Amino acid sequence: MNKPDNHNANLQIDNLSMTFSLPDGSTVEALKNVSLNLQQGELLSVLGPSGCGKTTLLNIVAGFLAPSEGQVVLNQHPVNGPDAERGMVFQQGALFEWMNVRKNIAFGPTMKGLPEKQINQHVDELLETVGLHGFGNKHIYELSGGMQQRVALARCLANDPDVILMDEPLGALDALTREKMQSLILKLWKETGKTIILITHSVEEALLLGERLLVMAPRPGRIHKEYHLPFAQLGVDADLREVKKHPDFSKIREEILSMIWEMEEEIMGKAI
Amino acid sequence: MLILIIYITLFILAYFIYTILARQLKSKQKNSSRKTITFGDESTVTPNRVASVISIAVLFIIWAAFTGSKLLPLHVPGPFIGSTSFSYTAINAQNQTDKATVYIRVEPVGNKTKKPEVPEQQTGFAKDDAIKVGAWRSGLVRVQNNDDGGKEKNYRIIAINDQPITAKQSIAVTNGIVNMTPKGSLSFTPDKGWQMEPVWLPAPETVIERFIEIAANGYQNITLWENIGWSLLRVLAGFILGCIVGIPLGYAMGLNNWFRGWFDPIVEFMRPIPPLALIPLVIIWFGIWETGKISLLFLAALWIMIIAARAGVSGVSISKVHAAYSLGASKFQVLMHVIVPNSLPEIFTGARVALGVCWGTVVAAELVAAEKGAGKMIIAASKFQQTDVVIMGIILIGVIGYSIDILMRRAENFLVPWKGKA
Ligand SMILES: Nc1ncnc2c1ncn2[C@@H]1O[C@H](COP(=O)(O)OP(=O)(O)OP(=O)(O)O)[C@@H](O)[C@H]1O
Ligand SMILES: [Mg+2]
Repeated sequence: MNKPDNHNANLQIDNLSMTFSLPDGSTVEALKNVSLNLQQGELLSVLGPSGCGKTTLLNIVAGFLAPSEGQVVLNQHPVNGPDAERGMVFQQGALFEWMNVRKNIAFGPTMKGLPEKQINQHVDELLETVGLHGFGNKHIYELSGGMQQRVALARCLANDPDVILMDEPLGALDALTREKMQSLILKLWKETGKTIILITHSVEEALLLGERLLVMAPRPGRIHKEYHLPFAQLGVDADLREVKKHPDFSKIREEILSMIWEMEEEIMGKAI
Repeated sequence: MLILIIYITLFILAYFIYTILARQLKSKQKNSSRKTITFGDESTVTPNRVASVISIAVLFIIWAAFTGSKLLPLHVPGPFIGSTSFSYTAINAQNQTDKATVYIRVEPVGNKTKKPEVPEQQTGFAKDDAIKVGAWRSGLVRVQNNDDGGKEKNYRIIAINDQPITAKQSIAVTNGIVNMTPKGSLSFTPDKGWQMEPVWLPAPETVIERFIEIAANGYQNITLWENIGWSLLRVLAGFILGCIVGIPLGYAMGLNNWFRGWFDPIVEFMRPIPPLALIPLVIIWFGIWETGKISLLFLAALWIMIIAARAGVSGVSISKVHAAYSLGASKFQVLMHVIVPNSLPEIFTGARVALGVCWGTVVAAELVAAEKGAGKMIIAASKFQQTDVVIMGIILIGVIGYSIDILMRRAENFLVPWKGKA
C-alpha cells in the first residue's frame, strides 16, 4: 500500500504501535504497525468502527501522545510534541470562549509575537475566507455550531501549518450545515494546498473529502484498506450533490459500509 | 408558636388571594410559556416577585404588630396599662377577718408617676394599699405592713376577691394575676398581652430612629461608618491575602504532582474546620487584635480560594489545552491565555463564597474582641440591653453581606460573561 517514493514525502508515519495499559493490568493495542506516507497537499480521510484507534493515530501525529513503537516524521524531522507546524481542528469545544472571534483566530500569530498590523490584516482575510465577514467582534457563545467550526478552521489556518489534523470536525453539526462545511473544507484544501488528515464517522463524508481514504480495523488498530478516490477533486468545483450521483460513489460506499459492518459484528461476537 | 401559626396563615392567605387575583387578570395577559408540564420542570420555576414582596411585608407587619409599632394601626393586644384593683381578706391574731382594697397603677417601665390615691377613711384593722407596677413586670405588695396587727404571728391573708388563697397559689383578678409568695406576701402581675417587651424586641420605628441617630452621631464615640469600615477593611485585607496565596497555590496544585501531593492532605484537613473554631488558637498565636483577625480571615479565605483555583485548572477541557499547544503556545502562554481565563468563573464562585465566609467570620471575631467594628458595636449594645442597636446592627450586617454578594455577581457578569455558556 505504501507509495515507493518515500523521499519527497511530506508526512511519514513509520510502523506506529500504541499499547495502553489499563488500571486492571490488561493492555489494549490501540494501534499496531501502522505505516503511511502523505505527500504535500494530500487529503486523507480515515474511517473505521469505534475504538479502532483513529483518535490515537491523530493524537500521535499531533504530538499529544508518544507511540510505544515507531515514529512520525514531518519534513525529515521526527515529531516529539505539539507544534505550530501541525494544526488541529477538534470536534467542538476547543475554541476559547473568553476571546472574541478575532482573538481566537489571531491566537497562533499572537503567541508567536507577530506585529499586530500584520495579524489584523491576516485575520480579516481569513474571516472572509471562511465566510465570517463581520463576525470578528462576536463572542464565541453567540455563534452557531457551524460558525464555530468555521472559526476553528480559520484559527488553524492563521498559523499556516504544514499539516492540518481534524478529528470529526463536523461531527456535531446538522446535515445541511455539514454539507456546506464539507464544501468549505474542499475549497480551503484546494486554495491552501495543505496536507490534511480528516477523521470521520460518515462514510459519505470520507468519500467526498478523501482524495485518499483509509479504512481501519480494530483490535489491534490497523490499516485495513486504502482507496484512491476522484470525488474530492470533482467536488472542488462542483455541487457535492452532483458528485454523489457519480456511478462509482454508491458502489464504493456500499462496499465500505459492509466492510465496517462486518468489523462491528466481529467485535460484538468477540465481546459476547 | 403563636407567631408561627400566624405566619403560616398569612402565607396561605396571601397565596389564595394572589391566585384569585391573578386568575382574573390572566385573560388579559399574554401566554409567555406554552409548556403544559410545569410541576417537576425546574426550569419553569421562577421566584414569584409578588410573593417576595409580600414575604418581606409580612415579616415587617408581624414585627410591627407584635411590638405595638406606631407604623401599624393594628396590633395584637398589648400589656395592660392603667388602673385596676383587687381586694384581699385577712385574718388577725384575734381571729377577726377584715377586707381591704389594693389600688394598682400599671405604667410603662420608666414612667415617673405617683402611686394611686387611697381613700382617707379606713375602717377595720385591714387598711387599703396602693402600688405601682411596670408593664410586663410584677410588683410585690406587702399589704400587712400598714394593717393593724399585721406583724403579729397569726395574721394571714386568706382570700383574694373573696376567693380563698394559700401560699404559692395564684388567683386571676381583673387585668392580672395575684400570686402569694411562700412567706405569705402578695405580688401582682398585670396581663402581659401578646406584644413583646421593647427590651426583647423593639418596634421597627425604634430601630430606624436608632439607625438615623447612630448614623449621625455614632455609637460610643465611634461613627457607624468607622465601625462598618473597619469590618470591611479587615475582610478585604484577609480576603486579598487569601487570594494572593491561595490562587497561585491552587494553580500549582492543579498543574504539578508534587504540589498536589504536598498540599492535598493539608487542604483537605483544613477545609472542613470552620474558621470560628480557629479563633482560640489565633488568639494564642497572634492576639485578637488586627494581626489575629486578619490571620483568621486569611485562613478562612485561603482554603476556599485554593480549592477554587484547583477546580478551575481541572475544569479546563483538554482539547483547549491541546489546541493552544498546536497553535504554538508555550507552557507559560498556555497558563496565561488558556488556564487562567478558563478558571476565572470557578475563581469568582470561590471568591463569592470566601467573601461571604469572611464577612461572617469578621463579625464573629469582633464579638470576641475589637475596638471598632460592626460586631463590636452589637456586642457592646447587648451588654447595655440596647436591643434596638443590636437589631439595627444585625440588619446592617445582613444588608452588607448581601450587597457584597450582589456586587460580586455584577463583577462576575462583567468580567466573565462567558460563564456557563461554553
Ligand atoms: N488513554 C487511554 N487509556 C487507555 N485506553 C485508551 C486510551 N485512549 C484510547 N484507548 C483505547 O484505545 C482504543 C482506540 O481508541 P481511539 O479513541 O483511538 O478510538 P477511535 O477510533 O478514535 O474511536 P471513536 O471512533 O469512538 O472516536 C480504544 O479501545 C480505547 O479504549
Ligand atoms: Mg475518536
